[in-house]
Amino acid sequence: MGRRVGLEVSLACAEVVGLCNADVVAAYPITPQTHIVEHLSEMVADGHLDAEFVPVESEHSAMSCCVGSSAAGARTFTSTSSQGLALMHEILFIAASLRLPIVMAVANRSLSGPISIWNDHSDIMAERDIGWIQTFAENGQEVVDLTIHAFKVAEDSRVCLPVAVNLDGFILTHVIEPIELPDKEEVDAYLPAFEPSQSLDTANPISMGIVGMPEIYTEAKKANAVALEDSYEVIKEHWAGMAEKFGRTYKPIETYRTDDADTVFVTMGSLGETTMSAVDQMREDGINVGQVRIRLWRPFPVEDFMEAIAGAKTLIVIDRALSPGLPAGPVATELRGLLYAKGASPYVANFVCGLGGRDVTRAQFIEMYQTAQKAAASGEEMTCQMVGVKE
Amino acid sequence: MSAQAQAAPQAAHPQDELLRTDRIPHIWCSGCGIGIAFGSLMAAIAKCDTPRDDISVVSGIGCTGRLAGYIHLDSFHTTHGRAIPFATGLHLTRPQNKVIVASGDGDLLAIGGNHFIHAARRNVDLTVICVNNFNYGMTGGQLAPSTPFGAKTTTTPMGSPDEPFNFCALAAACGATYVARWTALHIRRLTTAISEAMNKKGFSFVEVIAPCPTAFGRRNKIRRSLDLLRFYYERSVVKNHLAPGEATIDFDNKLVVGKFVDIERPTYLDQYDMVNRGELEAWPATGVDASAAGQRKAG
Ligand code: SF4
Repeated sequence: MGRRVGLEVSLACAEVVGLCNADVVAAYPITPQTHIVEHLSEMVADGHLDAEFVPVESEHSAMSCCVGSSAAGARTFTSTSSQGLALMHEILFIAASLRLPIVMAVANRSLSGPISIWNDHSDIMAERDIGWIQTFAENGQEVVDLTIHAFKVAEDSRVCLPVAVNLDGFILTHVIEPIELPDKEEVDAYLPAFEPSQSLDTANPISMGIVGMPEIYTEAKKANAVALEDSYEVIKEHWAGMAEKFGRTYKPIETYRTDDADTVFVTMGSLGETTMSAVDQMREDGINVGQVRIRLWRPFPVEDFMEAIAGAKTLIVIDRALSPGLPAGPVATELRGLLYAKGASPYVANFVCGLGGRDVTRAQFIEMYQTAQKAAASGEEMTCQMVGVKE
Repeated sequence: MSAQAQAAPQAAHPQDELLRTDRIPHIWCSGCGIGIAFGSLMAAIAKCDTPRDDISVVSGIGCTGRLAGYIHLDSFHTTHGRAIPFATGLHLTRPQNKVIVASGDGDLLAIGGNHFIHAARRNVDLTVICVNNFNYGMTGGQLAPSTPFGAKTTTTPMGSPDEPFNFCALAAACGATYVARWTALHIRRLTTAISEAMNKKGFSFVEVIAPCPTAFGRRNKIRRSLDLLRFYYERSVVKNHLAPGEATIDFDNKLVVGKFVDIERPTYLDQYDMVNRGELEAWPATGVDASAAGQRKAG
């Protein structure tokens, strides 16, 4: 029944990739991802993981190498962050369009400039439309479970898509947490050996990645988009399987004290835990607030989200990245579009916070609540506010 | 540490004039070889006649990459691997400038390796200084394209299975006009090499073999900086003008240092101007007899 250990989240991530029997790991070092791949290289070197570790010369090569190994039928893992993810950009689309079940841990970090190695979500928000399944972990245990789940979903013959598991740089990657690490047998029972539905095979040659003329390009893209949308059911199915095997339940959208909440915070990633404690404090003060956490970002779980916010009059959407030129962050922009399409009209207050590693405190969440309440009462539209800017 | 203790040092440093003293203390570990390379670079700049406004320093990402932020000249700290393309743009816009690229082995020759070979091929008039400490120091000591075969890094805990690049041979093969390698203990010769490289027209390359005690040394059981410096210095043999292909970095035999290339070749701008002035002969200069070629029977 697994073992409970105190482990740095990066090491736990690497350990679990080992438990999943990855065949190939190709990576290039970038802070704060390094501990994940260093630990994997150690596991390969000391024989704990029978895999090829490829220390390539850039992230562009890392993702290209992953595409090659996955196409040849190997269970493939990589990890990166920030500029590294940006450098992978063109290959990320290729991995998805070739339907290759690569799993990648993204240690979320801000993008240059100015150069910053600290945490926010600008790296992954710039890669929103790569066609990958994308999940966000809130703590170390989620990193472990979402990684196992990622391989299971990615390799499911009904899906065959790459999965990015997002974990906040430093806030998660460099923190030691109590983690329940499953046994090898448990993981093996949940995640059988990878059987690619299609792979490069000299006995049955196929060509991958060839030109799509205008006659076929649209259809190919449609097939990709449908595959991503359809993965939703499989994602849920495998989370249900996970609950059965490992006793931990995951949902695309999680709710916290939303039952009678007038106002609901919407968060993604580790900041959600601070939000949760702010919600608790406000509840003690008799304020009806709750929280909705987006765990599954792509495919976006529209119905789950609508259900989760059903009773709320005001949404406070927390963005960890900017969308310059538009008065809303990327998450709020999407949610507004969704609400409009659904004919729902809660008041949406949007705050961008925690950029480039800036701490966001419980008190600041309470201030955000107060600002949102005032704005909602005035009835005037509120443009996105950046929290804690030094004037 | 109190704010007081972090304040600027009491005594002036002889190179303060070239330093952004407000940014000191720097981030480099004590015993790091980057400081020596940086000192040599500043000494070379101090001796140079070019007006300070016409000298610029470009660096990439990594420990050495931080150098651009400490030098009191126009400087540019670019993204990982892209120092040379940034510098190329700068040079083409301000050809009167001396453009110095100073970065690490991983930055210049792994993620940025493509730019290195093409800038050398085109003979872009840049001075490229590579602090080679055999690993990625800043991210904690991973395998780099310079890591010696068998040496340990955090991503090759059993030792590197890769054959490293010989940067000097690579630069020379790609057409660099000046190529030299010194260790961080050859301070005077290193400073001279940087001066010569700066005065050379064309793509000039200086490799500095430098200790990284924190990441590389520690992994390979040579933890003290002085021991690493000595290790490199004592194994080095000076062989000026040796064919760069033979200028090996062999820790069991000879770590060859010296000035290997010092030649003249038209620079990228020379050729660019020539083409745009219409001075180029037809290509190929010997001409082609199309009718004769067409008549020749196959086989
Ligand atoms: S890690 Fe190595 S290269 Fe970086 S500053 Fe320290 S000693 Fe120098």
